Amino acid sequence: MIHRWRCLIAAAAASIAALAAQPAGATTVQRVVSPGGIVAWLVHEPSLPLVALNFAFVGGATQDPADKPGVGYMVSSLLDDGAGELDAKAFQQRLEENAVELRFSVTQDYFYGSIRLLKDRREQSFDLLRLALNQPRFDADAVSRVREQILSGLRRETTDPGSIANRAWWAAAFPSHPYGRPTNGSLTSVPAITVDDLRTFARQVLTRDTLKIAAVGDIDAATLGQTLDRVFGALPATGTRAAVPDVAPRDGGRRIVTQLAVPQAVVRLGGAGIMRKDPDFIPAYVVNHVLGGGSFTSRLYDEVREKRGLAYGVYSYLMTMRHAALFMANTQTQANSTREALELIEAQVQRMVKDGPSEDELAKAKAYLKGSYALNFDTSTKIASILLQNQLDELGIDYIDKRNGLMDAVTIEDARRAAKRLDQGGLLVTVVGQPKDLTSKEPGG
Amino acid sequence: MNLIPSRRAWTIPGLAVAATLFATAVQAASKPDVGHFTLGNGLEVVVVPDRRAPVVTHMVWYKVGAADETPGKSGLAHFLEHLMFKGTVRNPIGKFSQTVAFVGGQENAFTTQDYTGYFQRVSKEHLKTLMEFESDRMTGLVLTDEAVAPELKVVLEEQNQRVANNPRARLSEQIDAALYLNHPYGKPVIGWRHEIEKLNRQEALAFYRRFYTPNNAVLVVAGDVTTDEIRALAEATYGKVAKVAEIGPRRRPQEPAQVAARHVTLADARVQQPSLHRAYLVPSSTTAKAGESEALEVLSFILGHGTTSRLYRTLVVERELAIGAGGYYNGTALDASEFSVYGSPKPGVTLPKLEDAVDAVIDDIVANGVTPDEVERAKNRLIADAVYAQDSQATMARWYGAALTTGSTVEAVQTWPDRLRAVTADAVNAAAKAWLDKRRSVTGYLIKDGQQEDKRT
Repeated sequence: MIHRWRCLIAAAAASIAALAAQPAGATTVQRVVSPGGIVAWLVHEPSLPLVALNFAFVGGATQDPADKPGVGYMVSSLLDDGAGELDAKAFQQRLEENAVELRFSVTQDYFYGSIRLLKDRREQSFDLLRLALNQPRFDADAVSRVREQILSGLRRETTDPGSIANRAWWAAAFPSHPYGRPTNGSLTSVPAITVDDLRTFARQVLTRDTLKIAAVGDIDAATLGQTLDRVFGALPATGTRAAVPDVAPRDGGRRIVTQLAVPQAVVRLGGAGIMRKDPDFIPAYVVNHVLGGGSFTSRLYDEVREKRGLAYGVYSYLMTMRHAALFMANTQTQANSTREALELIEAQVQRMVKDGPSEDELAKAKAYLKGSYALNFDTSTKIASILLQNQLDELGIDYIDKRNGLMDAVTIEDARRAAKRLDQGGLLVTVVGQPKDLTSKEPGG
Repeated sequence: MNLIPSRRAWTIPGLAVAATLFATAVQAASKPDVGHFTLGNGLEVVVVPDRRAPVVTHMVWYKVGAADETPGKSGLAHFLEHLMFKGTVRNPIGKFSQTVAFVGGQENAFTTQDYTGYFQRVSKEHLKTLMEFESDRMTGLVLTDEAVAPELKVVLEEQNQRVANNPRARLSEQIDAALYLNHPYGKPVIGWRHEIEKLNRQEALAFYRRFYTPNNAVLVVAGDVTTDEIRALAEATYGKVAKVAEIGPRRRPQEPAQVAARHVTLADARVQQPSLHRAYLVPSSTTAKAGESEALEVLSFILGHGTTSRLYRTLVVERELAIGAGGYYNGTALDASEFSVYGSPKPGVTLPKLEDAVDAVIDDIVANGVTPDEVERAKNRLIADAVYAQDSQATMARWYGAALTTGSTVEAVQTWPDRLRAVTADAVNAAAKAWLDKRRSVTGYLIKDGQQEDKRT
């Protein structure tokens, strides 16, 4: 019965943008190399009797067969549904008996896993992770059950405005690239996925060559090293992955309106952004915070929500992927104000592109981003997640110490230069609902 | 596949862990030194130390929620929560949020039937500044029509986003409305739309002056602090806020004996996956007899938690009737609470057929009981959640805040694992027999508009 009425806004930007958090000096990160040569970053924190371990392999949905999107997603749903000698029921019971929290997920670029366990159940818990990664069963009944569940979700998405808007955006932006395919597949692809597809995906993607690991909690470096070999050591050294080309989103300036009988229209905007390794990324991140970042003080929040009451949530964010960089914005608003809200957002983006932030806005944004970094280091799971992301982004183990200095170094010239790069050929807009006086249009139309 | 996604985190007030099975966990996670005191103006204060990171979670909880609204003014508690960000005599509109942002803090607020809360998370050196701001808006709110008018539109957009656009949320509103024959829990927290539209500045201020006073609030600070530090800071900030209202006992209209099973069906053209959701009216941890709420907690776990539960095993795995199925119980409430079960049928399975299968699982538990082994596993897993919760200072702060604003106590939070451990199979069976009574329930169907076959005959 908890209703967090204002919380949506705060959640958005931080969880999606690649740039993460900072400890105020309390966190010591060790680089652990197992006897078998597997590397992990570790924060040894013995004050609570638990361990959080997060890991990722390169190759998420981009490694699905081109005609069968959703294979990786289905693998991620099935790894804990029976492994080794244990069928689905037995495996799930072991998880419960040991109070293990085990999760797998996929994005376009990565296959993620995480485990949270109690220290005195460490051996049993890690053993379940080892089984799931190395000996998933993909039993026919489990596959059938999970397939039905995924299809049910996909059917639901066909009338959900947010899902329709997202799918339309990604399909239009990346029409001939794996990024244009839905991560969880489609109503036509999912029925066609075979157990061989699942096994092939697992064999090619769950390999040691791209594995990154972060651990936090009551486990020392020596024990972690032995654990790494036991859990991950038997995975294949390498896999064959399809090459994924770098790509820029298409159709800037285009607007796609899909009619759906809902009271509130969903609006998604997006265009090319700035790659994580680009020197302008940090300045652009600060600029985006001024424009539409996750606090109650951004320009979009002020113009769309605070002054006019057009929406409950409105925000923008930078999204960095392995092969593309995006600048995105979202809102939801009733039919009569959809056009006004969309025009306001577009005008605010253009104003930012043209003039950049003011000196005062820049200073405030930097202060927020520096000060709030520490807030991301107060739970084991959050720390593990950030340390993993920093490895995937190749930021270096000392990044958490350098990060606020990088923020501080952003000058007004940097910010203005980066702001110009938030419009590289216009934004592709998708709208789902019954917006008044708003129709589809082609780029330049 | 939940009809109403609900996780247990909020349902489990528990902290001090002395489990026998997780012995190591327990020893290391011995009870943190929780501070608890009351200021001269009646403000209750809880301090939950967590020294791992130099950050704090600062929350003020008011013992007022949607169930305390005057009839006809639904949504007022939540509307006021939004308006609390509109400035005070001392700190004009925007200044508080700008300050929070400038020091790198994160802020938000929430409203439920029983309480309204405001929080910031911030580096510890900025805590005093936030305490000054938050104590100032405890009684210093100023509202202008210019600030109120757009915020009412925001709340209406929020209602669109959370409810009107979402068939499952719409069904959930209807189930609650039918479940409570007399108690205000039947009204949605966000309010009925026709009543939200008529809320105004004067009503919000009147509600504020009636309920927002230090003697009706709980301050919770969790993180890198000590009780002594917080006592001094609280005296210097909140301690200076004068009591502005006397607060009487919270007496809401109570439910009569419930004697008729109710059914509601929501038809929506957008429904692609039908589902059913049943809510039983049951005691909360505050209204239950000793041990009863804990037994309901264990019962809900055995019946409905995860893929090892009775409902999932039977309906999804063995009988292959459902895509998903489960159940949950949320014991945190000042008055009665709900025990829910849900399921989504596979294509070709009608909702009445699925409902029969749900009934069969429940009837079996009522008739034959649960096994001691099931009870042990459920208890172990639930108690482990209390260890995991200590990893998050924000979670700990929410447990204490929710407990103290729903009639519970600091001691009850801390003894929760012990009370849970004391639950026996007999107690679970007694709870099932007493409370899984259809006459005290509403069963809701969500169907695609125009599809007759799923409607009841």
